[in-house]
Amino acid sequence: MQQQTPIEEQIDLPFVESLRISFQSLKIRFGRSIITTAGITLGIAFLVSVWTNNEIELALQESGRSSAITNLDEAAEQGISTKDIWLIIMSLIVCVVGIANSMLMAVTERFREIGTMKCLGALDGFVVRLFLLESGFQGFAGALIGALIGLLGAVILGLKNYGLDLFFYFPLLPAQHENGAFQLGVLLLILFGCILGMILAIIGSSFPAWRAAKLPPAEAMRTEV
Amino acid sequence: MPDIVVKTEDVVKEYRMGSNVLRALDGINIEIERGEYISLMGPSGSGKSTLFNMIGALDRPTEGEVYIDGQNMSHLSQRQIAAFRCHRVGYIFQSYNLLNVRTAHGNVTLPMIFAGIPDKERNEKAEKLLDMVGLGDRMYHLPDELSGGQRQRVAIARALANDPSIVLADEPTANLDTITGREIIDLIKQLNLKQGVTVISATHDLKMLDVSDRIVDIRDGLVERIRNRDEIEIEVGEVGGHE
Repeated sequence: MQQQTPIEEQIDLPFVESLRISFQSLKIRFGRSIITTAGITLGIAFLVSVWTNNEIELALQESGRSSAITNLDEAAEQGISTKDIWLIIMSLIVCVVGIANSMLMAVTERFREIGTMKCLGALDGFVVRLFLLESGFQGFAGALIGALIGLLGAVILGLKNYGLDLFFYFPLLPAQHENGAFQLGVLLLILFGCILGMILAIIGSSFPAWRAAKLPPAEAMRTEV
Repeated sequence: MPDIVVKTEDVVKEYRMGSNVLRALDGINIEIERGEYISLMGPSGSGKSTLFNMIGALDRPTEGEVYIDGQNMSHLSQRQIAAFRCHRVGYIFQSYNLLNVRTAHGNVTLPMIFAGIPDKERNEKAEKLLDMVGLGDRMYHLPDELSGGQRQRVAIARALANDPSIVLADEPTANLDTITGREIIDLIKQLNLKQGVTVISATHDLKMLDVSDRIVDIRDGLVERIRNRDEIEIEVGEVGGHE
């Protein structure tokens, strides 16, 4: 009956091609990218400032120069107080929710784009890889800026509380305090913040991107935001 | 012996909406020959766009089979379906579906990127295609900087990027004014005549009637009737008279 022409298999694109497309997309959508990145920046800034502040407290407690406020509140306590632990957990939650939310929104509004790319022959994996690259880059850049802002905030607060002594006892590197509390050090904290921001951004975007890529294109293009 | 390019066998598509099941296609059987210009006509909600999606491998039927070039589409792997969309079919949509972050030229090169065509070759071809649809001077504009008719021209150029044997057009003129719509129809018809591309168009634009070889009327998810060109010409006169 019909002439049967075998249908070949779709090829994988070279990585550099994905990199080019994702950077192009970030560049042209710069305004929107900045808003999404700002979500990440804020989350990490909050986390890093709370944590750094806590490390400063620890370092200065050790040196016997703890602030008056801490002495009044937690005179009996040594090391990380319950309040501090709570603050760090809360800031982590705010950070996770904030980043997941901004990435989710950024991907959802691009469902039609995902459907269209599939119509043109994109493999599911390629679509996910594009989002992974875009969000990874956004996550890292946003988190680095956020970590620096958070550090600056904590330093300003520290200067207010301890004056220039702050720099003398500044918790830059990891250390073990006498009271048993472990000091992560600001450098590692910044690194941790950057990696966390990047991982959260990647998870936050690649999960919805993967879901959208798995949909038949007709359904992805029908999705209204 | 006719060269059948598309064949559907008892295609059924159901959508679940909560506890309700909507039967958009209720057993469609059609055969389309190579090089034909076919219009799927019917009111909104008749199932023509759903059928369009089934033929273009943009959605999966609930029951029944779709054969393209003799291949049963349900037997294809994900990679084969992607290659099929990339090489065999060109899609044109009512809302253009251009990628807003890419220029007209960038939109036309995208399917060629997916096909693995080298940089230089795809750039030249995109320029040639955009020239052909009359957008030689607006190649590097973003879709937002183009009019509706121009965007649809970009979409047509993009649909032709990998020399498909079938062009699927879903309401290509619905968002355009009469004159621009006419131009777009003429452009698609020219491709059909000059390049022998099979054109399958879902539409309720009566202007499509006189360029179609056959019209498939779809109603309530069923093929109501199939009219040939000679029957169509008489009816165009009638339609004109009523308007």
